[in-house]
Amino acid sequence: MIHAVTMGLGLFGLWLLLSGFLDNTLLLGLGVASCVVSVYIAARMEVVDNESVPLQLKFGVFGYLFWLSAEIGKANWTVTKVILSPRMRLNQRIITVPANQKTDVGRVTFANSITLTPGTITVETERQSFLVHALTNEAADFDALADMGDRVSAVENRS
Amino acid sequence: MIDLALDIASWISFALGGFFLIVGAIGMIRLPDFWSRLHGAGVIDTAGAELILLGMMFQAGLTQVTIKLILIGLFVFLTSPTGTHAVANAAFVAGIRPLGEIKNDDTKEPKGTKS
Repeated sequence: MIHAVTMGLGLFGLWLLLSGFLDNTLLLGLGVASCVVSVYIAARMEVVDNESVPLQLKFGVFGYLFWLSAEIGKANWTVTKVILSPRMRLNQRIITVPANQKTDVGRVTFANSITLTPGTITVETERQSFLVHALTNEAADFDALADMGDRVSAVENRS
Repeated sequence: MIDLALDIASWISFALGGFFLIVGAIGMIRLPDFWSRLHGAGVIDTAGAELILLGMMFQAGLTQVTIKLILIGLFVFLTSPTGTHAVANAAFVAGIRPLGEIKNDDTKEPKGTKS
């Protein structure tokens, strides 16, 4: 129930922000109605749960996003140097990285974080690990990837 | 004064974003095979797109437009790795392997069955 209410409020907030109609009663009413219909359809599809409305994630997720942005910046610069260097020193390989996140949300967060960081791409997900394609030796830093996984697990466990 | 600062910030963002977009484009051409080109596209997806959006946010100021730009950035942040993963996974299943792949690295235990 709490998930459905939160989803409804979130949808209406999004509707308000995107439409900008704050003083037209008819349009506001129609906006509320469309949000209610959306939540009803979502409930019928049985997708109102911890995945679509991740209430279990607390503010730790913002700290993680900030850290991830810095990592993406660094990795972008590394890949930029590789692309612009006269002789591109590629050492492509596929490595296995353990993924011990408990929930699907955590696993998706970790996999997407790896892919977002240029130089590494999640290729295949297995039960306890990911196959990760790395562009260079520098990108294939097993410890850095494991550290990222630990941070995702920490955010997940704090919830 | 504050306008000037915002203009400078947005120009820096645009210039950096444009630089990364060009680097990504060069990477798409220079890099030798499918797998490495995905990383060139990754530079465009992350640094290029987000910095251009950031520059637009500085130009828009605290308005509804900025909120929409933030939402666009968030959706790009969520969807681009998902798309990249889908493409990479399809290539992996189809049997395309990286050029000059280094096998049997000693960084970990046994590999997955398909690698």
